[in-house]
Amino acid sequence: MIRGGRVIDPAAERDAIADLLIMDGSVAAVGPSLGTPDGAEVLDASGLVVAPGFVDLHVHLREPGREDVETIATGARAAVAGGFTSVCAMPNTDPVTDNQAAVGFIVSQAQRAGAARVYPIAAVSLGQQGERLAEFGELVSAGAVAVSDDGRPVATAHLMRTALEYAMTFGIPVIDHCEESTLSAGGAMHEGLTATRLGLKGIPRAAEDVIVARDIALAELTGGHLHLAHISTAGAARMIREAKARGVQVTAEVTPHHLALTDACCEEYNTNAKMNPPLRERGDVDAVRAALADGTIDCIATDHAPHHYDAKEAEFDDAPFGVIGLETALGVVVSELVDTGQLSLPELVRRLSTRPAEVAHLPGGTLVPGAPADVVVFDPAAAWVVDPSAFFSKSRNTPFAGRALRGRVRWTLVGGAVVHRAGDARRGA
Amino acid sequence: MSPALGKDLLGLESLAADDIRLILDTAEPFKEISERAIKKVPVLRGKTIVNLFFEPSTRTRISFEFAEKRLSADTVNVASPGSSVLKGETLVDTARNLEAMRIDMVVIRHGSSGAAKFLADRIQSNVINAGDGKHEHPTQGLLDLLTIRDRRPIEGAKVCVVGDVLHSRVARSNIWGLLKLGARVAACGPRSLLPLGIGELGVRVFRRIEEAIEWADVLNVLRLQLERMQAGYVPSLREYYRVFGVTLERLARAPRELLILHPGPMNRGVEIDSRVADGPHSVILDQVTNGVAVRMAALYLLAGGRPELAEAAKGGGDR
Amino acid sequence: MPPEERQLLLDDRALARTLLRMAQDIVRQTPDPAHLVLIGVQRRGVELAARLAAAITDLSGAEVARGAMDITLYRDDLEVVGPKPIVGPTRLPVDLDGRPVWIVDDVLFTGRTVRAALDELADFGRPARVGLAVLIDRGRREVPIQADVVGERVTTSADDRVEVFVRELDGRDAVELVHVVKVGA
Repeated sequence: MIRGGRVIDPAAERDAIADLLIMDGSVAAVGPSLGTPDGAEVLDASGLVVAPGFVDLHVHLREPGREDVETIATGARAAVAGGFTSVCAMPNTDPVTDNQAAVGFIVSQAQRAGAARVYPIAAVSLGQQGERLAEFGELVSAGAVAVSDDGRPVATAHLMRTALEYAMTFGIPVIDHCEESTLSAGGAMHEGLTATRLGLKGIPRAAEDVIVARDIALAELTGGHLHLAHISTAGAARMIREAKARGVQVTAEVTPHHLALTDACCEEYNTNAKMNPPLRERGDVDAVRAALADGTIDCIATDHAPHHYDAKEAEFDDAPFGVIGLETALGVVVSELVDTGQLSLPELVRRLSTRPAEVAHLPGGTLVPGAPADVVVFDPAAAWVVDPSAFFSKSRNTPFAGRALRGRVRWTLVGGAVVHRAGDARRGA
Repeated sequence: MSPALGKDLLGLESLAADDIRLILDTAEPFKEISERAIKKVPVLRGKTIVNLFFEPSTRTRISFEFAEKRLSADTVNVASPGSSVLKGETLVDTARNLEAMRIDMVVIRHGSSGAAKFLADRIQSNVINAGDGKHEHPTQGLLDLLTIRDRRPIEGAKVCVVGDVLHSRVARSNIWGLLKLGARVAACGPRSLLPLGIGELGVRVFRRIEEAIEWADVLNVLRLQLERMQAGYVPSLREYYRVFGVTLERLARAPRELLILHPGPMNRGVEIDSRVADGPHSVILDQVTNGVAVRMAALYLLAGGRPELAEAAKGGGDR
Repeated sequence: MPPEERQLLLDDRALARTLLRMAQDIVRQTPDPAHLVLIGVQRRGVELAARLAAAITDLSGAEVARGAMDITLYRDDLEVVGPKPIVGPTRLPVDLDGRPVWIVDDVLFTGRTVRAALDELADFGRPARVGLAVLIDRGRREVPIQADVVGERVTTSADDRVEVFVRELDGRDAVELVHVVKVGA
């Protein structure tokens, strides 16, 4: 029983102070002043927000292959610490998630971890080589919820076309990382004044926009479900808005860091501000914020990308792309968008939970009776300072270290069980 | 060390105009030392300097080495051009090793932008950037400034950087130094070789070399790396010379006498006409001479010791 | 700023008298004044050398060669005092080999400046003899160096300063002893 919280469930158009009764892993009842069954554990949520657990369509858990930087267990634990009850693991592991066994491995490792639910995303092409389609049917039957060659774009227009068409059979989205690689080759950050000053090769906006345009045209051609990962440019946001208006089946996500930061963070050659797509300029940040607010961009996804500290302890050109985000996403979005009046709390829940669950057709994303009791209880006013050493993730590569944020998770429940409480310490910490 | 300059010399962007003038003024008396029969003063006696060159560079390394030796420092040259090891690993490990060997100063040339700062942040020794990727090459910028200043005031001078500004650390250091000292700065080259946002730095852009020559008092002609052609930035060397080459014929139409600088090594017949390089406009050899003096000045100013002691030791008479 | 007491050691007339006496001493100790070279140590030694040279010319009729020397780059205490921002020029217009050379400085204190000057001189040639002439010897030597010609000897404590003013640079001729009064002492 979660008592007295502000229950926000956009799917049910609910935003009111209410009690939430959970039985047998599912939501049993939602409403004001519910009676507490004998022996039920009661969580007092007065002053807090009670929402369906967050769903992250885009994480890199590095297992198998790089268990030194993250595992499915540590990633799933970091997820619930950030309020995410479901995360979708990208297939660019070693080996690539392009067959039934690899998908099954992720499912079983996630069950053993017992934290967030982990849904595998399988590769579009075998080995992510951009040549032959992976066996979507087999992958979906093993548990894959989407396909993507993330880490790189779907290599050719033809491959993208066939992937969109073939995915329709299974009702899954094709997720694309939009980057025209001949334009981005050798680039380390956004192409602009900062890159010019730092002497770093830039990645122009056009590298993203060109592939977004290609993919939208192909989604329009095929009628398949296109999901665009980590949108970073004003141009991409505009094209998605136009495509949606035409009725193209396109959805999109944006990361907290692209909502919050600009390429100025790369000053001093800060490798924790190196990610792909790169941090853009103020105008792009404003555009993706507006696109998120008006629904052009459906959801917030972290693109959680752990790297070993040694790897980021390098010259900017040589450091790997990517930052972690599961444990800072809520705080960043509340501080940057909710506290500034650009996003309401119900909209935040819609972008972090309702819409991503719908995009990938996942259970959860709502608290209607009968739904799985995946719940996040958070305090939107709680102030805290990001301390990477306290992360549950194995990695520390965040651009938000030391930043004062508001909005923090109090409890996270998966299937009715409390899997995270504020103040939990990392084992061995 | 001079409190004004700080521990390291990483670039001209971070220096104040007064710091730049200080280095140039300090370089003046060092020019005289190179004219002596015994071209050596003991000021850096007992200092250990490592010249760490991850990229091949004969001229800059020799210039630094002369500067160091004329100041009586002990120097060690480490050249490790692009090994198969990850560059980042090498640099972190190199930094730790240098720190352990108690080196006083490190002069670093590296192919990655920010590498000099990366090293400077991790060791206590003074670090001088001898060129990092496409970022900065401050001593080259300083020697260019000194060479211009030898001939005319920098303030108000119209200086155009010609060529591959996009990939040029020399261009960036020149632009910062010149702007800070009050020059007017322009860039001229194929649009594919001019970086985005250069106008926002206060740099005027000329599309045609003829327009640049008509405007400028000074041309700093950059070397066109042959790789740029392979990477498709320019169609061919012949075409580049035809459109952007600094030729005697083009200079003949200039409304005033131009000063021609080139950081070397030159591609004669590509970015610059031999007759210009060897002609009366050219101050290219003065640049080489000034390079040693400027580097002596930078080494001297950085090597001095700790400012708090300097403060305490102030007092009258024959100290 | 702790309070200071200033004491006039030499006024303009006393300074002129002292320089004349020094010139006489130099001539007396130099058998061959026609080949004499006076080298002033930057800054005020340069001006004093010029005045001594003029006086020696008056006394002996010989034209005296002059030079200037900045010993900054020969100091042994760069670590301690930090680099002097601007190094002055060293100008030695004549060949020093086989000639009598006098180093001229304003104040002789620890002796380190003179030691550095001797080092620098060695890089320029091999004089027949090197002499040292100083306007003020304030004692408290740290290296075994003595002047051959001294204008005035003054007893000082370590914290005191001896300040030499010359018309050419300071608009007046004077030597002052600045004594720092220790608070509570």
